[in-house]
Amino acid sequence: MSTPMVLAEGVHKRFGRNEVLKGISLEVAPREVMCLLGPSGSGKSTFLRCINHLEKINSGRLSVDGELVGYRQVGEKLHELRESEVARKRAEIGMVFQHFNLFPHMTALENITCAPINVKGVARDQARDRGRELLGRVGLADKIDAYPAQLSGGQQQRVAIARALAMEPKLMLFDEPTSALDPELVGEVLEVMQQLARDGMTMVVVTHEMGFAREVSDAVVFMDGGVVVEHGPPSEVLGNPRHERTRAFLSKVL
Amino acid sequence: MSSPEVTEPGRPEEIRAVPVRHVGRWVAAAIVLVVAVALVRSAATAPGFQWSGVGEYLFDPRVLEGLRVTIELTIIAMAIGIALGIALAIMRLSPNPLVAGGSWLYIWFFRGTPVLVQLLFWYNIAALYPKIGLGIPFGPSFVHADANTVIKPFTAAILGLGLNEGAYMAEIVRAGMISVNEGQNDAAQSLGMSRLQTLRRIVLPQAMRVIIPPTGNETISMLKTTSLVSVIAVAEVLYAVQNIYSTNFRTIPLLIVASIWYLICTSVLYVGQYYLERYYGRGASRELPPTPLQRLAALATRRREWS
Repeated sequence: MSTPMVLAEGVHKRFGRNEVLKGISLEVAPREVMCLLGPSGSGKSTFLRCINHLEKINSGRLSVDGELVGYRQVGEKLHELRESEVARKRAEIGMVFQHFNLFPHMTALENITCAPINVKGVARDQARDRGRELLGRVGLADKIDAYPAQLSGGQQQRVAIARALAMEPKLMLFDEPTSALDPELVGEVLEVMQQLARDGMTMVVVTHEMGFAREVSDAVVFMDGGVVVEHGPPSEVLGNPRHERTRAFLSKVL
Repeated sequence: MSSPEVTEPGRPEEIRAVPVRHVGRWVAAAIVLVVAVALVRSAATAPGFQWSGVGEYLFDPRVLEGLRVTIELTIIAMAIGIALGIALAIMRLSPNPLVAGGSWLYIWFFRGTPVLVQLLFWYNIAALYPKIGLGIPFGPSFVHADANTVIKPFTAAILGLGLNEGAYMAEIVRAGMISVNEGQNDAAQSLGMSRLQTLRRIVLPQAMRVIIPPTGNETISMLKTTSLVSVIAVAEVLYAVQNIYSTNFRTIPLLIVASIWYLICTSVLYVGQYYLERYYGRGASRELPPTPLQRLAALATRRREWS
């Protein structure tokens, strides 16, 4: 059996006295697409942010591709990783945000080439070639020199996906990538994500798009109140939920 | 792009209504005009102004030398202030309480005492520390020199103005950094950028939009504050004209000469600030605002279309 891309065992996360994650255990295999569903406040986004150490977990074990997130284990003891080591690991994980978070002072192409040039040390010309290619792949070859403010929400999110892909990540995290979009722009973003899934990218997607979860994902996790309520293939969790809570949620969103 | 005046078939004709008369505005405009004319007339005709003297001294070599010192002081003090301000702002946002507290203490002290007092302190530093050395703290020192030879009036002026400015710039830079959306940090970090890279490539360039306007203000203010160093005998423009009128008593025309030079310099700074703001505003809106020249050109073409 290959190493799971993401392995969570009893992950807990507190903000002050508010416990947001109360023991999350799950596994994402390489090339798998997992959708996290659940009401707002259920901890889906927090869990996603824990995976690339934007949030520190309080207890449990969380590892990506066989390596602990944020720590190194020496014997029984955990040692915090240096900032540069955390950064190096983050560079291997792509993340796409609800509000795109493109860098507004850079053009679409500069957004994409910034990290490869400055973090990975890729040559400028090479990074630009790759950037153009990626923009073409998300259908924005004509928007190379546009600033984010000149793009629609759907176009911005596609640039954001291209920006994450430019680092050649082994895992992509999507935090409600279509929630801030006009309904008619959702499709173009989902299409890009679907293509990515077909190309074999490992993806963890927090979403409210049930159609995407049903058609594209290999596994669906339903979370509520900081715990995993139900976990399984989409046909089971979405088609035939066993828990009352899942059923109640699905009846409202479908 | 087609002009909006073009009438398409089936499109209702442009509205040409009689505009509302703004009587109150006209009265206010008339008052402003009368006051302005009165002021200009008095300035032009009152003998006390001695305009001929102004012309005589405007390009006096002593005045121009003073102007050079004023500009030099402004540039160096602002450069120190900005560099120090960025460092202090970053320190203040540090998670380490001692580092953040040190920055806070610095700002508290240098903002809390008048810059004139600080200038006098630096000028009299030799009374406080007769010898200045470089070495290991609490250990041996390698080089040392007499404070009076190291801290000349010009050095004292630069230290006084620059260190004081650093405290103000720190608050301006900090406000700019806080104004940048938290999501920008998330995005940069998720791409594997370090804290320093994030600061340099992502946060500071965006903070610039908030930092530039008050920094322009500070520069203009600094240009005028340099006049304070005349009290510690640095020959900037005010000191130069004071020197001249202390012998010939043509006080008013010489003060006007200094004022004219200050106005010219601040006007130049206005223009510089405008273009700097425009540069850092890119990406903030869909289109950059036109430059005054472009605006003039647009106005001219529109005039031509109307006639």
